[in-house]
Amino acid sequence: MSEKKPRVVCYLNQFFGQIGGEDKADTPPHIEMKAVGPAGALDTELGDVANVVATVICGDNYINEKDKAYSQVADLINSAEPDLVVAGPAFNAGRYGMACAKACEVAGEELNIPAVSGMYEENPGLDPAKRYAYIVPTPDSAAGMRKALPQMAGLITKILKNEELGPPEEEGYFPRGQRKTLFADKRGSLRAVEMLLKRLAGEDIETELPMPVFDEVEPAPAVREINKSTVALVSSGGIVPAKNPDSIESASATKYGRYSLKGHNDMRQLDYRSIHGGYDSVYANEDGNRVVPLDVMRELEERGEVGKLHDYYYVTTGTGTSVANAKKMGEDIAQELKDSGVQAVILTST
Amino acid sequence: MKLEIGEVQIEDIKLGEQTKIEDGLLHVSRAELRKLLLEDKRLAAVEMTVARPGDKTRIIPVKDVIEPRVRLDNEITGYPGVTDKMGRVGAGRTLALKGAAVVTTGDIVAIQEGLIDMWGEGAKYTPFSQTCNLVLTFTPRRNLEAHQHEEAVREAGLKAAEYLGKAAENMEPDNINTYDLPAMNKRGEEVEGLPRVAYLKMLIAQGLLHDSYIYGIDAKETLPTWIHPNEILDGALVSGNCVAACDKITTYQHQNNSIILDLYDRHGKDLNFLGVVLTPELTTFTGKVRACEHATGLIKTMGADGVIISEEGYGNPDSDLLQNCKLLEEDGIKTVLITDECAGNDGFSQSLADTSSVAKAVISTGNVSHMVKLDPAERVIGNIGSLANLAGGSGDSFCDDGSIVCELNAIIGSTSEIGYHNLTARQY
Amino acid sequence: MAKEIDRIGIPVVQLCSITTIARSVGANRIVPAIAIPYPAGDPELEGSEERDLRKELVKRCLTALESDVETVTEF
Repeated sequence: MSEKKPRVVCYLNQFFGQIGGEDKADTPPHIEMKAVGPAGALDTELGDVANVVATVICGDNYINEKDKAYSQVADLINSAEPDLVVAGPAFNAGRYGMACAKACEVAGEELNIPAVSGMYEENPGLDPAKRYAYIVPTPDSAAGMRKALPQMAGLITKILKNEELGPPEEEGYFPRGQRKTLFADKRGSLRAVEMLLKRLAGEDIETELPMPVFDEVEPAPAVREINKSTVALVSSGGIVPAKNPDSIESASATKYGRYSLKGHNDMRQLDYRSIHGGYDSVYANEDGNRVVPLDVMRELEERGEVGKLHDYYYVTTGTGTSVANAKKMGEDIAQELKDSGVQAVILTST
Repeated sequence: MKLEIGEVQIEDIKLGEQTKIEDGLLHVSRAELRKLLLEDKRLAAVEMTVARPGDKTRIIPVKDVIEPRVRLDNEITGYPGVTDKMGRVGAGRTLALKGAAVVTTGDIVAIQEGLIDMWGEGAKYTPFSQTCNLVLTFTPRRNLEAHQHEEAVREAGLKAAEYLGKAAENMEPDNINTYDLPAMNKRGEEVEGLPRVAYLKMLIAQGLLHDSYIYGIDAKETLPTWIHPNEILDGALVSGNCVAACDKITTYQHQNNSIILDLYDRHGKDLNFLGVVLTPELTTFTGKVRACEHATGLIKTMGADGVIISEEGYGNPDSDLLQNCKLLEEDGIKTVLITDECAGNDGFSQSLADTSSVAKAVISTGNVSHMVKLDPAERVIGNIGSLANLAGGSGDSFCDDGSIVCELNAIIGSTSEIGYHNLTARQY
Repeated sequence: MAKEIDRIGIPVVQLCSITTIARSVGANRIVPAIAIPYPAGDPELEGSEERDLRKELVKRCLTALESDVETVTEF
């Protein structure tokens, strides 16, 4: 049985795709069933490992400005049935970098296949792309092409041969922000003692966990008249109907629930319980208002201090829940709240 | 204070008529142990099962693990303030049944308990796949309230460990480890010029089902306290935790605290081990501020140059961990933190719930949400269905072929933040 | 979660105990709560006192929602 050579599809912009310069940056995407420009050089580098079967070319402005561009590019890439997507290299070209990030996202999110790219460390496309792609560091201009392609080919070879990739600094790609769980040679306590002794001796140490950096969000403007506004209750306290109908996890949640408060004045009237795994749920089970303050919200609503309590409350569990999942759930909940005309939110967290 | 822990190696456990140790085989009298454990009327029944390393056995949901021991030179033979009267422990000779453990299971007490696999992939992640385990499956009296249930099972596990330990009372240990840490003013020139190192041990103290006990006091009722490391090794600390299995410190891990053991190893050679400060991880902001200020205050007063800080749990305790770090580093005391990570199933999420730029030296013990697939077991002790409710498990955990998929969260001791295990995580 | 609600333009107040965490992760309007297992209550108090306490906390949340803030603010 002869093995089929893996198929690689390259994504290039108008310039590297040999259509033209800035004046062609509005060109919609198209596909050529051959290796164009640097894709050809990459194909040579890959030798027997894989074939570059197609090149998708799109103008930098088009892909960054047109909403439909992403799905167009996705369809084109998909049509060539790739095993791996290569984007760029984009060097320090910002719009091209962002375009490559989209091509990498297509590979990761839509096709669930690996992607490889090359960028200069300050390219704004690096951050959105690295989650989906192994990105080789390149110089800031296309003069680095000759160096970048063999490096990219090296990574592609390992990936397509299913060899396990080592850590970024060994393999020569930008760290992707992924935390991988491994077995160390020594137990944690011994590593800690050794790290401390090094610090005390004034030697350099390398932390095993660089501190996370959280992004900042502009505060939304205040509500003008809360007594005329719809206010929703949202909680990460895990109070759900007793049977947990949506199977929300007790920790590391990926799901949230939306439950009706219509006609209810007190959490204690509802057969609800806490499924939260991170705190002692006895107090919450005794009186759910301690986590979801329904009773006083109803009272304030009746007295006209709150316009209206939204008919539904949203809930998940916030223990061990990854920031990424919390963000995803937060986005979905925010959208639903907005669509149902909610004007302000009280979020209780445990 | 000088403690000798004599090790009596146990190769296997056998249930039978009389409790005794012969040629590394621990015989356990089923009837006698049952009678002892069911003296507590809160417990209706107990089943006993032996799980050996390599058995295709899964134990779930595990509440605590305890090392069977006997104290020889102290009239307190049990756990002071918990199963025995009050008094100080940590000096004299104690015998430990090495290679054996008591594992408590049964009806789930709360949703954060875990599993032990004795073989295969799962065994790699838990240290208790390497011990020969006497598994006690408890059925509580009907309608027993959760906190009572927890206490009854906690005490029963400790009593069983004490009972088994007594079988070694008259035995010669196979080897003896000596832990000798004299008073500060009695330390000789062996520690002169060595950096002064303390250990700050954080304990979950978040409500009756998420608690640790120091000489029987619920840690959340305490101010941070200095304690001699020997006291911890000798049973002053007991786990009453139903917190996430992966990083709760079982009683066994208190008895064998790897940070204390590794610091002892370097004491008088590379460092001067000042001792341990225990501090509760509380649920109120005021409580957190008080505990962090007081714990770090003690360490400053001790004149430490460096401190290892271990966390228990994740989420809100991340904030205590970083606050402790900050208060010490601001005073020029160098810290190393040990924590696990909540980086999501794919490892792409931020690892901690809090952040601080001063935390520059951190040991990671792995991602609690790392997914593992575990083969079907030939024998399940306890109740596999409980996995649906455990932290790290869900209704989707069960595969058609009988194997299970869960996060490390659900595996006892996998991401131990006292660094008891080898797991780590790194940036890819 | 608070951040995503803020991001979409709906003002949100987070009632939470461990305000340092809320600050670190970037919540903007914060009301300090009682304790982790019962942010909006206190089992130590009598029924009506506990309810009064909860009302006070919720009212503080409403004040926060009616206040324009530029950066993280505790109410």
